[in-house]
Amino acid sequence: MANSWYRYASPASFHPVALRLAPVFALAAAILAIAGLYVGFVVAPTDATQGEAYRIIYVHVPTAWMAMFVYLVMAFWSALALGFNTRLSAMMAQALAPTGAIMAALALWTGAFWGRPTWGTYWAWDARMTSTLILLFLYFGVMALRGAIDDPRRADRACAILTLVGAVNVPIIYFSVRWWNTLHQGASVSLTAAPTMAKTMLAGMLLMTFAAWAWCIAAALWRVCAIVVERERGASWLAPDPALKGVT
Amino acid sequence: MSGARPQDADGERDGALAGLAWALARDLRIALRTRSELAVIVAFYAVVVTLFPLATTPDRNTLLTLGPGVLWVSALLASLLSLPRLFAADFADGTLEQMALSPWPLPAIVSGKIAAHWLTTGLPVVLLAPLAALPYGLDGDAIGVLGASLALGTPILSLLGAIGAALTLGVRGAGGLLALLVLPLYVPVLIFGAGAVDAFRAGLGVDANLSLLGAGLIAAAVGAPFAAAAAVRIALD
Repeated sequence: MANSWYRYASPASFHPVALRLAPVFALAAAILAIAGLYVGFVVAPTDATQGEAYRIIYVHVPTAWMAMFVYLVMAFWSALALGFNTRLSAMMAQALAPTGAIMAALALWTGAFWGRPTWGTYWAWDARMTSTLILLFLYFGVMALRGAIDDPRRADRACAILTLVGAVNVPIIYFSVRWWNTLHQGASVSLTAAPTMAKTMLAGMLLMTFAAWAWCIAAALWRVCAIVVERERGASWLAPDPALKGVT
Repeated sequence: MSGARPQDADGERDGALAGLAWALARDLRIALRTRSELAVIVAFYAVVVTLFPLATTPDRNTLLTLGPGVLWVSALLASLLSLPRLFAADFADGTLEQMALSPWPLPAIVSGKIAAHWLTTGLPVVLLAPLAALPYGLDGDAIGVLGASLALGTPILSLLGAIGAALTLGVRGAGGLLALLVLPLYVPVLIFGAGAVDAFRAGLGVDANLSLLGAGLIAAAVGAPFAAAAAVRIALD
């Protein structure tokens, strides 16, 4: 049983599986997103206090959740990569970083568009916004370190250490920023104090959350396939590309 | 991975402390012989602190509000500027590789180097801070709180920065990359450090800030040398 799972730690056996799973998750993401957007924009009622502007929640909250969650998954793969020295774990971490950065950027962007009509400002130095921004910087740092090191195996381990140090720091950053903000002033509008959500609103948000989840998995799997092909191009299990014949 | 180590536990403990002391003494001696480099970092701190009033306003009340944050951000930048000193020269001439091969545990040597780095670049900034705080109109007690927060906080900057400095050894565009890696990690130190002075000026207690900085210092002192040593080994491979 255990051995059959370890088998997929090898890029050669994981690559075909990932290539087959990625479209499945992409399709699931598309269906869930269409359903979620339909529920969110057509079925769900207008919010009593925020009007139609609240509907950006269906994009904002799922991306914000994924921005944090993807970092945790990246830290998990980084720990495996350092602990067991498995190449595929590091490739997974590498594949997840751009996805997480996109999620964090989307969360900030949609948050700014939501903040403008409701808070009257694009940016409020709210604790969550600030810590998401710093999370985005951490993603940039990991990607920049990856880009600056030529040897992929060295980049794997350097990025793994940086990711884990960041993972220890993320909760500290979150709480320090929250503490800093409460020292100055409370947020004018708090999500936690918002009136309880209507059932259809919650359904739409859950659908969109699963859509974001499926999209992240699909994007990461496709990216990891590309990374495997790029890094293992000398390996015999990869059939040589006909276009490269004669190029050596 | 590591070189031969003393077998018995006592020998290893002595070895760790001996390695720390040796690295500390060596880096301090080198620092004393390259004093002008250290003076540059202190001068940088003084210049940055001078720039903020020029860029904003000479108004006393505004400066009083800005002061703690400016003094802390300047300390962050000075720390960042000094980080390449930590490993780069030893990496370039092969000394770092010899250290990694020595029987002493590498985290102990790294700890010694970090301690020397703080004593030669962090401590001067802490000592200069009261003088730099005067033009911002901070009074004596507030300056005391600022000094305490810097004394507790700047070692954390050296410890966290050592990880970034080790990760960027021999890497393209190391300087800019180092800033991107390290500055986000500095955020909690900045918040608690500058927050201590703000809390004091607002009439609140500073115990919470200083306790959190102290806790961060202990956690960083325990964890960071191991992460930095692992990063050094990656760079040496």
